[in-house]
Amino acid sequence: MTAISTALPAMSRRDEIWHGLRDTFPMMVGALPFGVIFGTLATAQGLSPLQVMSMSLFVFSGSAQFIAVGLVTSSALWVIWAATFIINLRHLLYAANLVNHVRHLPQYWRFPLAAMLTDETFAVMELRYRQRGSEGYAHWYYLASCIGMWLNWNFWTLVGLVVGQSFPDLKSLGLEFAMVATFIGIVIPGLKTKPLWAAAITAGLVATLLHHLPYQSGLMLGALAGVGIGLVLDLRRKKLEASVYE
Amino acid sequence: MSETSLSLLILGMVLINLAIRYPVFLLADRFRFPPLIERALAFVPAAVLTAIIVPAVIFPHGPQAELDWHNPYLLAAILAAAISYFTRNLLATIVLGMAAFLLLRWWLGV
Repeated sequence: MTAISTALPAMSRRDEIWHGLRDTFPMMVGALPFGVIFGTLATAQGLSPLQVMSMSLFVFSGSAQFIAVGLVTSSALWVIWAATFIINLRHLLYAANLVNHVRHLPQYWRFPLAAMLTDETFAVMELRYRQRGSEGYAHWYYLASCIGMWLNWNFWTLVGLVVGQSFPDLKSLGLEFAMVATFIGIVIPGLKTKPLWAAAITAGLVATLLHHLPYQSGLMLGALAGVGIGLVLDLRRKKLEASVYE
Repeated sequence: MSETSLSLLILGMVLINLAIRYPVFLLADRFRFPPLIERALAFVPAAVLTAIIVPAVIFPHGPQAELDWHNPYLLAAILAAAISYFTRNLLATIVLGMAAFLLLRWWLGV
Protein backbone atom coordinates (compact mmCIF):
# COMPACT_ATOMS: atom_id res chain seq x y z
CA MET A 1 0.00 0.00 0.00
CA THR A 2 1.26 3.47 -0.78
CA ALA A 3 1.34 6.10 1.92
CA ILE A 4 -1.45 8.62 1.66
CA SER A 5 0.34 11.80 2.62
CA THR A 6 -2.08 14.29 1.12
CA ALA A 7 -5.71 13.78 0.28
CA LEU A 8 -5.41 16.20 -2.64
CA PRO A 9 -4.60 14.79 -6.09
CA ALA A 10 -1.28 15.76 -7.70
CA MET A 11 -1.46 18.56 -10.26
CA SER A 12 0.17 18.79 -13.68
CA ARG A 13 2.98 21.25 -14.27
CA ARG A 14 0.66 23.56 -16.17
CA ASP A 15 -1.89 23.52 -13.37
CA GLU A 16 0.79 24.29 -10.80
CA ILE A 17 1.98 27.29 -12.82
CA TRP A 18 -1.58 28.53 -13.28
CA HIS A 19 -2.44 28.08 -9.59
CA GLY A 20 0.81 29.79 -8.54
CA LEU A 21 -0.06 32.83 -10.65
CA ARG A 22 -3.70 32.81 -9.55
CA ASP A 23 -2.85 32.63 -5.85
CA THR A 24 -0.25 35.39 -6.22
CA PHE A 25 -2.57 37.69 -8.15
CA PRO A 26 -4.00 39.54 -5.10
CA MET A 27 -0.42 40.22 -3.93
CA MET A 28 0.39 41.61 -7.36
CA VAL A 29 -2.54 44.01 -7.06
CA GLY A 30 -1.26 45.02 -3.62
CA ALA A 31 2.26 45.66 -4.92
CA LEU A 32 1.04 47.66 -7.93
CA PRO A 33 0.77 51.12 -6.33
CA PHE A 34 3.98 50.46 -4.44
CA GLY A 35 5.82 49.83 -7.73
CA VAL A 36 4.39 52.98 -9.31
CA ILE A 37 5.38 55.06 -6.29
CA PHE A 38 8.87 53.61 -6.31
CA GLY A 39 9.35 54.48 -9.98
CA THR A 40 8.07 58.02 -9.38
CA LEU A 41 10.04 58.60 -6.20
CA ALA A 42 13.32 57.23 -7.52
CA THR A 43 13.06 59.44 -10.58
CA ALA A 44 12.35 62.45 -8.39
CA GLN A 45 15.45 61.64 -6.31
CA GLY A 46 17.65 61.91 -9.38
CA LEU A 47 18.22 58.29 -10.36
CA SER A 48 18.49 57.67 -14.09
CA PRO A 49 15.88 55.41 -15.74
CA LEU A 50 18.55 52.72 -16.11
CA GLN A 51 19.40 52.86 -12.39
CA VAL A 52 15.74 52.81 -11.36
CA MET A 53 15.07 49.77 -13.53
CA SER A 54 18.20 47.90 -12.47
CA MET A 55 17.09 48.25 -8.84
CA SER A 56 13.72 46.70 -9.57
CA LEU A 57 15.19 44.05 -11.88
CA PHE A 58 18.13 42.91 -9.77
CA VAL A 59 17.65 44.08 -6.18
CA PHE A 60 13.94 43.16 -6.32
CA SER A 61 13.12 44.17 -2.78
CA GLY A 62 10.52 46.88 -2.27
CA SER A 63 11.43 47.84 1.29
CA ALA A 64 15.19 48.05 0.59
CA GLN A 65 14.58 49.99 -2.62
CA PHE A 66 12.44 52.56 -0.78
CA ILE A 67 15.00 52.94 1.99
CA ALA A 68 17.73 53.44 -0.62
CA VAL A 69 15.95 56.16 -2.56
CA GLY A 70 14.95 57.78 0.74
CA LEU A 71 18.57 57.95 1.89
CA VAL A 72 20.38 58.39 -1.40
CA THR A 73 20.66 62.18 -1.24
CA SER A 74 21.72 62.33 2.40
CA SER A 75 23.63 59.18 3.40
CA ALA A 76 26.90 57.39 2.76
CA LEU A 77 27.02 54.15 0.79
CA TRP A 78 27.68 51.96 3.82
CA VAL A 79 24.66 53.39 5.66
CA ILE A 80 22.33 52.36 2.85
CA TRP A 81 23.98 48.95 2.60
CA ALA A 82 23.63 48.43 6.36
CA ALA A 83 19.98 49.48 6.16
CA THR A 84 19.41 47.06 3.25
CA PHE A 85 20.98 44.26 5.26
CA ILE A 86 18.99 44.84 8.43
CA ILE A 87 15.64 45.45 6.80
CA ASN A 88 16.00 42.34 4.63
CA LEU A 89 17.29 39.97 7.28
CA ARG A 90 13.71 38.75 7.52
CA HIS A 91 14.23 36.96 4.21
CA LEU A 92 16.70 34.69 5.97
CA LEU A 93 13.89 33.63 8.28
CA TYR A 94 11.61 33.12 5.27
CA ALA A 95 14.19 30.93 3.53
CA ALA A 96 14.69 28.93 6.73
CA ASN A 97 10.94 28.42 6.93
CA LEU A 98 10.70 27.09 3.35
CA VAL A 99 13.98 25.18 3.10
CA ASN A 100 12.54 21.73 3.88
CA HIS A 101 10.36 22.01 0.80
CA VAL A 102 13.16 22.85 -1.66
CA ARG A 103 15.89 20.59 -0.24
CA HIS A 104 15.33 17.96 -2.95
CA LEU A 105 15.74 20.44 -5.82
CA PRO A 106 19.00 20.98 -7.75
CA GLN A 107 20.89 24.27 -7.21
CA TYR A 108 19.77 25.73 -10.54
CA TRP A 109 16.25 25.62 -9.11
CA ARG A 110 17.13 26.70 -5.59
CA PHE A 111 19.01 29.79 -6.74
CA PRO A 112 16.15 31.55 -8.59
CA LEU A 113 13.65 30.51 -5.92
CA ALA A 114 15.88 32.12 -3.26
CA ALA A 115 16.85 35.19 -5.27
CA MET A 116 13.22 36.06 -6.00
CA LEU A 117 11.82 35.33 -2.53
CA THR A 118 9.69 38.26 -1.35
CA ASP A 119 7.22 38.82 1.50
CA GLU A 120 4.35 38.10 -0.85
CA THR A 121 5.70 34.92 -2.44
CA PHE A 122 6.70 33.69 1.00
CA ALA A 123 3.14 34.15 2.26
CA VAL A 124 1.76 32.30 -0.78
CA MET A 125 4.28 29.44 -0.50
CA GLU A 126 3.98 29.01 3.24
CA LEU A 127 0.24 28.46 2.86
CA ARG A 128 0.61 26.23 -0.20
CA TYR A 129 3.20 23.92 1.38
CA ARG A 130 1.08 23.68 4.53
CA GLN A 131 -1.99 22.72 2.50
CA ARG A 132 -0.58 20.59 -0.32
CA GLY A 133 3.00 19.74 0.58
CA SER A 134 5.98 19.97 -1.77
CA GLU A 135 5.55 16.90 -3.93
CA GLY A 136 5.37 16.79 -7.73
CA TYR A 137 5.57 20.10 -9.54
CA ALA A 138 5.22 22.31 -6.46
CA HIS A 139 8.41 24.16 -7.42
CA TRP A 140 6.75 25.31 -10.66
CA TYR A 141 4.01 26.87 -8.55
CA TYR A 142 6.74 28.61 -6.51
CA LEU A 143 8.56 29.79 -9.65
CA ALA A 144 5.32 31.09 -11.17
CA SER A 145 4.63 33.09 -8.01
CA CYS A 146 8.17 34.57 -8.13
CA ILE A 147 8.06 35.46 -11.80
CA GLY A 148 4.55 36.90 -11.47
CA MET A 149 5.70 39.20 -8.66
CA TRP A 150 8.91 40.10 -10.49
CA LEU A 151 7.24 41.00 -13.81
CA ASN A 152 4.53 42.88 -11.94
CA TRP A 153 7.04 44.86 -9.87
CA ASN A 154 9.12 45.79 -12.90
CA PHE A 155 6.14 46.68 -15.04
CA TRP A 156 4.72 49.06 -12.42
CA THR A 157 8.16 50.51 -11.68
CA LEU A 158 8.40 51.34 -15.38
CA VAL A 159 4.92 52.89 -15.32
CA GLY A 160 5.92 54.99 -12.29
CA LEU A 161 9.09 56.04 -14.02
CA VAL A 162 7.21 57.22 -17.13
CA VAL A 163 4.26 58.73 -15.27
CA GLY A 164 6.53 60.32 -12.64
CA GLN A 165 8.04 62.53 -15.29
CA SER A 166 4.64 63.94 -16.24
CA PHE A 167 2.83 63.89 -12.84
CA PRO A 168 5.42 64.44 -10.11
CA ASP A 169 2.65 64.72 -7.49
CA LEU A 170 1.43 61.12 -7.81
CA LYS A 171 2.60 60.01 -4.38
CA SER A 172 0.09 62.36 -2.73
CA LEU A 173 -2.63 59.91 -3.82
CA GLY A 174 -1.95 57.97 -0.65
CA LEU A 175 -1.36 54.68 -2.39
CA GLU A 176 1.27 53.87 0.20
CA PHE A 177 -1.51 52.33 2.27
CA ALA A 178 -1.64 49.42 -0.21
CA MET A 179 1.27 47.64 1.47
CA VAL A 180 -0.38 47.89 4.89
CA ALA A 181 -3.67 46.53 3.52
CA THR A 182 -1.87 43.66 1.76
CA PHE A 183 0.06 42.61 4.85
CA ILE A 184 -3.05 42.83 7.04
CA GLY A 185 -4.86 40.59 4.56
CA ILE A 186 -2.03 38.06 4.77
CA VAL A 187 -1.61 38.08 8.56
CA ILE A 188 -5.16 38.04 9.96
CA PRO A 189 -6.45 34.80 8.34
CA GLY A 190 -3.28 33.04 9.51
CA LEU A 191 -3.88 33.81 13.19
CA LYS A 192 -5.50 30.51 14.06
CA THR A 193 -4.09 29.76 17.52
CA LYS A 194 -3.46 31.73 20.70
CA PRO A 195 0.36 31.51 20.39
CA LEU A 196 0.07 32.98 16.86
CA TRP A 197 -2.05 35.88 18.14
CA ALA A 198 0.42 36.44 20.97
CA ALA A 199 3.35 36.41 18.52
CA ALA A 200 1.69 39.00 16.28
CA ILE A 201 0.61 41.29 19.13
CA THR A 202 4.04 41.15 20.81
CA ALA A 203 5.84 41.81 17.51
CA GLY A 204 3.65 44.83 16.73
CA LEU A 205 4.00 46.24 20.24
CA VAL A 206 7.77 45.83 20.51
CA ALA A 207 8.39 47.14 16.98
CA THR A 208 6.30 50.21 17.84
CA LEU A 209 8.08 50.85 21.14
CA LEU A 210 11.49 50.46 19.44
CA HIS A 211 10.51 52.45 16.37
CA HIS A 212 13.05 55.16 17.20
CA LEU A 213 16.04 52.81 16.73
CA PRO A 214 18.12 53.42 13.60
CA TYR A 215 17.81 51.43 10.33
CA GLN A 216 14.45 50.05 11.38
CA SER A 217 16.16 47.59 13.71
CA GLY A 218 13.00 47.83 15.84
CA LEU A 219 11.35 45.77 13.13
CA MET A 220 13.81 42.89 13.55
CA LEU A 221 13.77 43.05 17.37
CA GLY A 222 9.97 43.17 17.37
CA ALA A 223 9.80 40.16 15.06
CA LEU A 224 12.25 38.21 17.24
CA ALA A 225 10.28 39.05 20.40
CA GLY A 226 7.09 37.88 18.70
CA VAL A 227 8.63 34.61 17.54
CA GLY A 228 10.04 34.04 21.05
CA ILE A 229 6.70 34.56 22.81
CA GLY A 230 4.90 32.43 20.24
CA LEU A 231 7.37 29.59 20.70
CA VAL A 232 7.21 29.68 24.52
CA LEU A 233 3.40 29.60 24.54
CA ASP A 234 3.37 26.87 21.91
CA LEU A 235 5.75 24.67 23.92
CA ARG A 236 3.69 25.21 27.08
CA ARG A 237 0.50 24.29 25.27
CA LYS A 238 2.03 21.10 23.87
CA LYS A 239 3.23 20.19 27.36
CA LEU A 240 -0.29 20.66 28.76
CA GLU A 241 -1.77 18.50 26.00
CA ALA A 242 0.84 15.81 26.69
CA SER A 243 0.01 15.77 30.41
CA VAL A 244 -3.71 15.36 29.62
CA TYR A 245 -3.00 12.19 27.64
CA GLU A 246 -0.86 10.65 30.35
CA MET B 1 25.90 60.83 -5.05
CA SER B 2 28.00 60.47 -8.19
CA GLU B 3 27.11 58.15 -11.07
CA THR B 4 29.83 55.70 -10.03
CA SER B 5 28.63 55.66 -6.42
CA LEU B 6 25.06 55.08 -7.55
CA SER B 7 26.11 52.08 -9.64
CA LEU B 8 28.18 50.80 -6.73
CA LEU B 9 25.21 51.33 -4.40
CA ILE B 10 22.94 49.21 -6.59
CA LEU B 11 25.54 46.48 -7.10
CA GLY B 12 26.11 46.30 -3.34
CA MET B 13 22.37 46.05 -2.69
CA VAL B 14 22.07 43.20 -5.22
CA LEU B 15 24.89 41.28 -3.50
CA ILE B 16 23.56 41.92 0.03
CA ASN B 17 20.13 40.67 -0.95
CA LEU B 18 21.55 37.49 -2.47
CA ALA B 19 23.79 36.98 0.56
CA ILE B 20 20.66 37.01 2.75
CA ARG B 21 18.27 35.05 0.56
CA TYR B 22 20.45 32.32 -0.94
CA PRO B 23 22.72 30.65 1.70
CA VAL B 24 19.93 28.71 3.46
CA PHE B 25 18.76 27.19 0.17
CA LEU B 26 22.36 26.73 -1.02
CA LEU B 27 23.28 24.59 1.98
CA ALA B 28 19.88 22.92 2.25
CA ASP B 29 21.16 19.38 1.75
CA ARG B 30 24.09 19.74 4.15
CA PHE B 31 22.33 20.75 7.33
CA ARG B 32 18.96 20.85 9.01
CA PHE B 33 17.66 23.29 11.56
CA PRO B 34 17.09 21.81 15.04
CA PRO B 35 13.41 20.97 15.74
CA LEU B 36 13.06 23.86 18.19
CA ILE B 37 14.13 26.37 15.52
CA GLU B 38 11.79 24.80 12.99
CA ARG B 39 8.98 25.18 15.49
CA ALA B 40 9.90 28.84 16.05
CA LEU B 41 9.90 29.52 12.31
CA ALA B 42 6.15 28.90 12.16
CA PHE B 43 5.73 32.24 13.94
CA VAL B 44 7.85 34.20 11.46
CA PRO B 45 5.18 35.38 8.99
CA ALA B 46 2.78 36.73 11.62
CA ALA B 47 5.59 38.31 13.68
CA VAL B 48 7.52 39.96 10.82
CA LEU B 49 4.54 41.34 8.95
CA THR B 50 2.89 42.70 12.10
CA ALA B 51 6.20 44.31 13.10
CA ILE B 52 6.13 46.10 9.73
CA ILE B 53 2.45 47.12 9.77
CA VAL B 54 1.88 48.44 13.30
CA PRO B 55 4.67 51.06 13.38
CA ALA B 56 3.81 52.03 9.78
CA VAL B 57 0.26 53.04 10.76
CA ILE B 58 1.14 54.57 14.15
CA PHE B 59 4.05 56.64 12.77
CA PRO B 60 2.89 57.44 9.22
CA HIS B 61 4.96 60.63 8.95
CA GLY B 62 8.15 59.94 10.89
CA PRO B 63 9.12 60.18 14.55
CA GLN B 64 5.81 61.46 15.98
CA ALA B 65 3.26 58.81 17.10
CA GLU B 66 -0.26 59.58 15.82
CA LEU B 67 -2.54 57.59 18.10
CA ASP B 68 -5.72 59.56 17.47
CA TRP B 69 -8.92 59.67 15.43
CA HIS B 70 -7.35 61.94 12.81
CA ASN B 71 -4.90 59.32 11.59
CA PRO B 72 -6.43 57.72 8.46
CA TYR B 73 -3.68 55.05 8.37
CA LEU B 74 -4.61 53.77 11.82
CA LEU B 75 -8.37 53.89 11.23
CA ALA B 76 -8.17 52.26 7.80
CA ALA B 77 -5.84 49.56 9.17
CA ILE B 78 -8.38 48.72 11.91
CA LEU B 79 -11.13 48.54 9.27
CA ALA B 80 -8.96 46.40 6.97
CA ALA B 81 -8.21 44.02 9.86
CA ALA B 82 -11.95 43.68 10.54
CA ILE B 83 -12.67 43.10 6.84
CA SER B 84 -9.96 40.45 6.68
CA TYR B 85 -11.18 38.77 9.86
CA PHE B 86 -14.75 38.45 8.61
CA THR B 87 -14.21 37.84 4.88
CA ARG B 88 -10.86 35.95 4.94
CA ASN B 89 -10.47 37.37 1.43
CA LEU B 90 -7.17 39.04 0.51
CA LEU B 91 -8.34 40.93 -2.55
CA ALA B 92 -11.41 42.28 -0.70
CA THR B 93 -9.15 43.40 2.16
CA ILE B 94 -6.79 45.25 -0.20
CA VAL B 95 -9.47 46.92 -2.33
CA LEU B 96 -11.86 47.84 0.52
CA GLY B 97 -8.95 48.81 2.79
CA MET B 98 -7.58 51.21 0.19
CA ALA B 99 -11.06 52.63 -0.47
CA ALA B 100 -11.52 53.15 3.29
CA PHE B 101 -8.15 54.87 3.49
CA LEU B 102 -8.88 57.28 0.62
CA LEU B 103 -12.37 58.08 1.97
CA LEU B 104 -11.09 58.64 5.50
CA ARG B 105 -8.32 60.89 4.27
CA TRP B 106 -10.74 62.94 2.25
CA TRP B 107 -13.26 63.04 5.10
CA LEU B 108 -10.68 64.01 7.73
CA GLY B 109 -9.19 66.53 5.32
CA VAL B 110 -5.58 65.44 5.91
